[in-house]
Amino acid sequence: MTTEPALIVENLSLALGRANLVDGVGFSVAPGEVLALVGESGCGKSVTAQAIMRLLAPVIRQTGGRVLLAGQDITALPERAMRALRGQAMSMIFQEPQAALDPLATVGTHIAEALRRPLRDVRDQVLQMLAEVGISDPARRIDQYPFELSGGMCQRVMIACALISRPAVLLADEPTTALDVTIQAQILDLLRRLAAERRTAVVLITHDMGVVADIADRVAVMYAGRIAETGPTAQIFARPRHPYTSLLLASIPRLTDAPKSALAVIEGRVPTPAEFGPGCRFASRCPLADDTCRAATPPLRDMGDGRLSACFHAEQLP
Amino acid sequence: MIRLLAGRLLQAAVASFGVLTIVFFVMRLSGDPTLLLVPEGASAEQVAQLRAALGFDRPLVVQYAAYLGDLLRLDLGESLVQRAPVAGIVGERIPYTLALAGGALLVALGIGIPAGILMAVHRGGLLERALAALVLAGQSLPTFWSGILLILFFGVYLGWLPTSGADSPASLIMPAIALGALTMSTFARMARISVLDELSRDYVTAARARGLSVWAAVSRHVLRNAAIPVVTIAALEIGNLLAGAVIVETVFAWPGIGQLAIQSIQARDFLVVQTVVLFVSSVYIAMNLLADLAYAAIDPRIRGRS
Repeated sequence: MTTEPALIVENLSLALGRANLVDGVGFSVAPGEVLALVGESGCGKSVTAQAIMRLLAPVIRQTGGRVLLAGQDITALPERAMRALRGQAMSMIFQEPQAALDPLATVGTHIAEALRRPLRDVRDQVLQMLAEVGISDPARRIDQYPFELSGGMCQRVMIACALISRPAVLLADEPTTALDVTIQAQILDLLRRLAAERRTAVVLITHDMGVVADIADRVAVMYAGRIAETGPTAQIFARPRHPYTSLLLASIPRLTDAPKSALAVIEGRVPTPAEFGPGCRFASRCPLADDTCRAATPPLRDMGDGRLSACFHAEQLP
Repeated sequence: MIRLLAGRLLQAAVASFGVLTIVFFVMRLSGDPTLLLVPEGASAEQVAQLRAALGFDRPLVVQYAAYLGDLLRLDLGESLVQRAPVAGIVGERIPYTLALAGGALLVALGIGIPAGILMAVHRGGLLERALAALVLAGQSLPTFWSGILLILFFGVYLGWLPTSGADSPASLIMPAIALGALTMSTFARMARISVLDELSRDYVTAARARGLSVWAAVSRHVLRNAAIPVVTIAALEIGNLLAGAVIVETVFAWPGIGQLAIQSIQARDFLVVQTVVLFVSSVYIAMNLLADLAYAAIDPRIRGRS
């Protein structure tokens, strides 16, 4: 890919008090590309997105790293300049679409806000956007309140809010987790199509490997605040280069599994930030772990084919 | 919406009826007013005569029925003490109490609501602590005491404001502050809690992700959502202001219905007391009705339901 990445995150570290929530996380997304940021709950996916938007809860500090938006370092931008970027150059959609909409404001008000104009001035544009995100009867929906809409419809409204200003980057934090499966597929298709048409770089945060397979071009697997492995989706699924990814993929139930057979699980649990030791954070659950793993942090190594893995034993994986 | 309103009006009528029934019987339990009306050393015969003339010799139930009958004809009766229609006696005091309660409400809303919002948005900051001190003071100083402090400082020491009475508009200032202080604190605490509660919601983060500043998110989204619990409290507090007026009017010699109520209770002037209570409870009920209408105006979900 020769185009300049729309978003680069370099060595991002976040801390809550003395606990490191996120430790040296980095990735980049090209225009029109969908990068899935995958991991279990609590691995630091969502705070990473909030840090990119600079909407972290005040108790969480950024202790290192930088964020580049279309090549410009925005890490130290003053809040006023960040406001100019939010909703314009970068926007975000959330896990609970109904909670992310103000219950007392109409659909149209929300979307017009992203354009920073009163609704009456941009009504036509908003109506067109509603049609584009697949909302039927936009003329009626525009003046309705969130409680009159289904969850899937609310997420379409959120997507309309996020994309109407044609941002370069869209951060989607578990956008389909709260929706039922059929609606999930529709919303993912919509995101995929709009991102491609508009050349929007999408960071899709999810814990669902099915979602990843559906929509992502590339994957960054996170574990306990660090990147475990990154690479093109097809290759990650075909041949994971990190034991965590292999176990994660092995734990997906398959139609070919024998009925009533036990689900594959990863033994143990994710260490809390207070339990982080000097070595690999997956060592306590890893079948390949040895003393090296427990003593030193494995660096992200280039595996070729645009893949990186943070495992000392990546080559031993089948 | 119409059905909701009709239901509320019916409830209001039942509540008013309950209030006047309770007040009627409780007042009768307080003692025999004839004993206070007859001159010192009157004979038992004279007392009985006056009692019969005033109708207090009839069984309670009969008196109660007669009172309800009069009320239905909008006849509030005559004061036992002043021998004048109660409607006039109470009526001429009402504007004073309304002015006092209105002034207090202005103090309470004008200071309390902005203070509450500021405390929520500047959570943990110096401003919050300063405002919290003000709120604590308003909440913990008893009205009779803060009233006297105000009189001593602004009335006696500085001589800026009249110490009592209702001779000029300036006379209203101190009683309004004394009466409004507690309500101001209540509003401030309520506003703070509901704004804090709303600030933690996803839609605020989402609004900021659309590029709104914190204050823009507060003014465009948070305040409307936070208003609902505050409106509930406001309706109750307006009723409480009328109740609090009894003390403030006594401290500041303000000629409102609170002062009248105290005088009439001491004189067992039943009909005047009953009318004052009827007025206060009607205001209370009207305010709650108004709050219900306000919810519907604020929240489309309530409009949709009715």
